[in-house]
Amino acid sequence: MAFDSFSAFIIMEGHGPYVWACYAVFAVLVAGLMIWSVKRHQSVMDACQRRYVHDAKNSGRPAQKASATFTRVEISQD
Amino acid sequence: MWQWFHKLGSPKWFFGIATRFMPWLLAGGLLLLAAGLTWGLAFAPEDYLQGNSYRIIFIHVPSAFLAQSIYISMAVAAVVTLVWRMKLADVFVKAIAPVGLVFTFLSLFTGAVWGKPTWGTWWVWDARLTSMLILLFLYGGVIALDRAINDEKSAARAVAVLVLVGVVNIPIIKYSVDWWNTLHQPATFKLTEKPTMPMEMWLPLLLSVLGLYLLFGWLTCIRMKTEILIREQRTRWVRELVMAGGK
Repeated sequence: MAFDSFSAFIIMEGHGPYVWACYAVFAVLVAGLMIWSVKRHQSVMDACQRRYVHDAKNSGRPAQKASATFTRVEISQD
Repeated sequence: MWQWFHKLGSPKWFFGIATRFMPWLLAGGLLLLAAGLTWGLAFAPEDYLQGNSYRIIFIHVPSAFLAQSIYISMAVAAVVTLVWRMKLADVFVKAIAPVGLVFTFLSLFTGAVWGKPTWGTWWVWDARLTSMLILLFLYGGVIALDRAINDEKSAARAVAVLVLVGVVNIPIIKYSVDWWNTLHQPATFKLTEKPTMPMEMWLPLLLSVLGLYLLFGWLTCIRMKTEILIREQRTRWVRELVMAGGK
């Protein structure tokens, strides 16, 4: 170890706050990026699954009867 | 070679390969990074000139390396998007631009905090720092442009053009310390030359760089997989894959 004691390791002859601030921000951002990526992947997976289940349920039902009908009407153009 | 190229263009093939590599990339990345950072923080000797503040190098240099490599790889993918219209190349650019943004921010932040005890200032408008700040804006521009255009193909082309225009900044970042008088020290880490720093400082730095590259590989895989799921959700293979629980 390059330091005599644990407190010397933390203080780093006055440079501790600078060094530890950098390492803390690095750890938070890298871990945050990783967690965000995993969560986003999972949420997209879940959304796809919900959609497929929904589609599968709907495709089993008979087609809904139309509420209005169209009748062919012959109109003279004269 | 062409067969490989065509395979690489297939989202389904990529999805399978990425799933297989991801655990190794994650385990290797975390292990190397933990080893490199612990070594650098606690066991590497103190710098005779800068004291302990130099220990920031073990995260500053890997972040800066990655920030530039990500942009270069985005530029290569942009060429592939424009010339061959390969879908995966565009997926790659879209997936990793936010990662590039985070690492550019990290290299600027750690550099600024390192600058205070070393140069006596957080920031100077010198060539290296300013060109890195421009890189941060470029990443922001790429992300914003991609989100601003709804049509997938138009967005891909516009983003590819912006990435290629911005690539001029990369040699400026790299050679800024040689071309101009700058507070920033010259490159400490060159693969082509013998290291200028002692081995007990250089080795932990090498481990940290390799570890962060592996983690970037993992991030690329998972983020590209997400993007592929979104784009290919109407295909049969994605339906089967999702219904099987992603395996």
